[in-house]
Amino acid sequence: MQTDILIIGAGVVGCALARDLSRYTAGITVLEAAADVAEGASKANSGIVHAGFDAHAGSVKAHYNVRGAEMYPSYCAELGVPYRQNGALVLAFSPEDRSTIEALYRQGLDNGVKGLRILERDEILTLEPLTNAQVVCALLAETSGLVSPYELTFALADHAAVNGVQFQLDTPVTAVRREDSGWTVATPRGEWHCRILINCAGASSAWIHNQMTGREEHHIVNRRGQYWILDHASPLPFRHTMFQCPTKMGKGVLVAPTVHGNVLLGPTAEDIDDPLDTATTAQGLDDVLQACRLTWPQVNVRTAVTNFSGIRAHEEKGDFIIGAVQGCKHAYETVGVESPGLTSAPAIAAELSALIAAAEELAKKDSWVQAKPLPKPFNEMTPQEQAAACAQDPLNGRLICRCEVVTEAEIRRAIRRPVGARSIDGVKRRTRAGMGRCQGGFCAPRVAEILSEELQLPMTQLTKNGGDSLLVTSTLVQAMKEAQTK
Amino acid sequence: MEERIITCINCPMGCRVTVRLENGTVTQVSGNTCKRGESYARQEVVEPLRMVTAVVPVEGSVLPLSVKTAAPIPKALIADCMRCLSGLSVQPPIAAGSVVVANICGTGVDVIATRSVAAVSA
Amino acid sequence: MIEIKRDIVIIGGGPAGLAAAIAAREAGITSLTVLEREAEPGGILRQCIHNGFGLHRFGEEMTGPEYAQRDIDKAREMGIEILCDTTVLSVEADHTATCVSPAHGLTVYHAGAVILAMGCRERPRGALGTPGTRCAGIYTAGSAQKFINLESLMPGRRVVILGSGDIGLIMARRMTLQGAKVLACVELMPYSSGLNRNIVQCLEDYGIPLYLSHTVTNVEGRERLTGVTVAKVDEHRRPVPGTEIHFDCDTLLLSVGLIPENELSKGAGVTLSPTTSGAVVDDSLQTSVPGIFACGNVLHVHDLVDFVSDESFRAGKMAAAYVRGSLAAGAELPVRDGPGVRGVVPQKLRLPVEEEVRLMFRPDAVYKNATVVVTAGETVLARKRSLILTPGEMAVIPLKPQEIPSCDGLTVHIERGNN
Repeated sequence: MQTDILIIGAGVVGCALARDLSRYTAGITVLEAAADVAEGASKANSGIVHAGFDAHAGSVKAHYNVRGAEMYPSYCAELGVPYRQNGALVLAFSPEDRSTIEALYRQGLDNGVKGLRILERDEILTLEPLTNAQVVCALLAETSGLVSPYELTFALADHAAVNGVQFQLDTPVTAVRREDSGWTVATPRGEWHCRILINCAGASSAWIHNQMTGREEHHIVNRRGQYWILDHASPLPFRHTMFQCPTKMGKGVLVAPTVHGNVLLGPTAEDIDDPLDTATTAQGLDDVLQACRLTWPQVNVRTAVTNFSGIRAHEEKGDFIIGAVQGCKHAYETVGVESPGLTSAPAIAAELSALIAAAEELAKKDSWVQAKPLPKPFNEMTPQEQAAACAQDPLNGRLICRCEVVTEAEIRRAIRRPVGARSIDGVKRRTRAGMGRCQGGFCAPRVAEILSEELQLPMTQLTKNGGDSLLVTSTLVQAMKEAQTK
Repeated sequence: MEERIITCINCPMGCRVTVRLENGTVTQVSGNTCKRGESYARQEVVEPLRMVTAVVPVEGSVLPLSVKTAAPIPKALIADCMRCLSGLSVQPPIAAGSVVVANICGTGVDVIATRSVAAVSA
Repeated sequence: MIEIKRDIVIIGGGPAGLAAAIAAREAGITSLTVLEREAEPGGILRQCIHNGFGLHRFGEEMTGPEYAQRDIDKAREMGIEILCDTTVLSVEADHTATCVSPAHGLTVYHAGAVILAMGCRERPRGALGTPGTRCAGIYTAGSAQKFINLESLMPGRRVVILGSGDIGLIMARRMTLQGAKVLACVELMPYSSGLNRNIVQCLEDYGIPLYLSHTVTNVEGRERLTGVTVAKVDEHRRPVPGTEIHFDCDTLLLSVGLIPENELSKGAGVTLSPTTSGAVVDDSLQTSVPGIFACGNVLHVHDLVDFVSDESFRAGKMAAAYVRGSLAAGAELPVRDGPGVRGVVPQKLRLPVEEEVRLMFRPDAVYKNATVVVTAGETVLARKRSLILTPGEMAVIPLKPQEIPSCDGLTVHIERGNN
């Protein structure tokens, strides 16, 4: 198969870059190992748009973080993705913490972050009364925000697809070869030949780099973070994202609201061998809870809806590696994009696409289609709007997920999106059906029926999340036959 | 002489009832708290009986038909009964209570529908 | 947007809603609508194809669909309006209920009284905090039951069941009979919360081991479940290291508790009990919001549908009385949980007590030869001895119509017997 530009990895960076490159006249294909976009770190992180005071002044991270954070409000508005600027507090509980806070404040100023202020105890407790009263002082970062990371990635993928980008899911890269005319990329689904190759492979980005260059230059450490999510039924304990002082392993544990009104607790930071091992552990989940108690003494997980973990692709040297691949023609990369990668993605895509367009002499299209934001979720409509939505499509009158109030029309729309849902989890992340307190107990069978109809697949072939994650193993008749032949 | 211990199911007590048998005849029942326990244990050692419920496919419909044995059948025949039902499918209309399989596995008990299925409208 | 006036609107067309509707109709209310989410009435009974229902109410053993059909037929004979495929979005304290359906779009009901009969939901894995992967093959027992009994689909081949609630036990047998291998039923508590009859007929009959005081400590499998780790727990319900047992399985069913589905009730401002997770009601089953009644599993989780129907008949009758303005509005007396008692319902009595009131609750542990006692200050109002009381079975103590001595409330407690 032939394409002008091949992007490896359909995480938030790969999708943002594909979207920005789709402004130019070039055939673009995105290869993704998983069964859906946003399946790696992009779906399992804190969903925070960081203000930019954490990254060391002068680092690549600092550059993209600050620029990305600035882009976010209009970027999300354009794509119709929920974003909320709620501000963040970094809490200090000791004199040493206070010096950390002061250092972060200065670093933030150096990085060009606006809206930073150091608050003393009383002001913190007025602002966020449930904060541990032992707090000494805090750094307030007004520009810190919240975003749904996978919803952003889906919107970027859709927008790229309507502008002609091809997405090849379920297609892991097994080898990369340099050719005279460009690159050959081998996968179990055949070989792709391209002129320009871009590595946005997250946890695999160092391996792809080493394949491209033939040099073992980069090394990714898989840093796992475990989280709890609490139901949105109870009122939010905090309006701000509540950080503790950072450690050498990361930004420390946070208690944060999500854009959808849930509460997120986490993450841990554990270096593990397997980049796909997103299991949670009893120890890790307990560690999160204990650590969060310092911020929020009354924390408990009685209203937990689920727990999960994500893997941050930490490059050993500690910074993002972004740009042209040294010593290779027509090759670009984003390696070691860990936190603040989500915040940085819009800026990385904007700058890297401009760099590629200039270097590769790409011409702008006349016919670039603007993003079409998704209709307002049924759950957020006024009764008048809901009545109108039902009149326009009667399937808006059939609720499938009662916990999150998701209609059949919305589920069918999620499946029919340009890069549409193909699994129960795909529907869940695009519509929130199954994200509530019953965790799909009532709606998963209904969602499966709708998927089966829309995709024209028998129920026995539907998956929770691609691959062999089959929802049911057979029909009853087949099960009895199997049992009898045993 | 043979001794069997039966857990009584009549109430949450779950009495462990000891039944003594000689040549297949019950000679003594002990450990039960009430009369119901004794009669249950006697039946259970001689010939345990169970109701069987299942579903069978309905032609032209996703929703299967739920069925039951009209009376309890010997426990030993449950697996045979399930096998017999597994090859089956039924055509609407079906009235609740109508016989789906007569005299299943020679037990003298019919398998009957536990709901109605309307005729498929043309 | 359509607006409709009704004397009574009933939310939920399962056994509770149907019984409430029938009783309200019998009490002379003709302006009455039942709103049901699913395509057919009957609620969860539609998928409960096993028998064991109706012994108390009808004196015969019926399957779930048969039990439901009796009420559906009766409601239809009486001309009760049951709107299916209709989901209620919100209920307000002023008795407004907003719902949607594909057929009628958004509809707002203005009712004289509202009866909450939404039932309950199953506690999912997330609420347990079980660590491990988030693979396919983990279902609540009720979801698995729906796949098998309503869609003829098999959720898996090798099964471990966490929790020994009745649905879990029923599903152990159901899956075994369909050719699956059920490896174990694992219960956190030192006793099962299921009925004895189900332990014998669903586990013992098929040689399925029941591990009491055990839990699932890890879930493995990247795509589909490949195995679970089970460990013994100590008296604080914490896993004991070194007691782990591993099971290779592709399916984990959860039967770890039912939670009344009270999101609509909360929206209406109904006060909920932290013990039952249902509304706080008086003996007419009226909630803290005048004219809003609650019955069945949305009020407190029952073991027997017969009791759900019984309670719901009363709710229907009392809602009818409310609409007519003939519901007694005497002084309120609280009914409190004493030692051994959890979640007594109703939580309030209206004086005078002119009809028998059935006080229902769950014992907090297993008691043998114990006595349930209802007191008003120093005065004993009722006593009832039981051979056994267990948390798995709702206890009931009837309170006869009588003069209640002046006091600040009644208390129900368990008096330990010798054993």
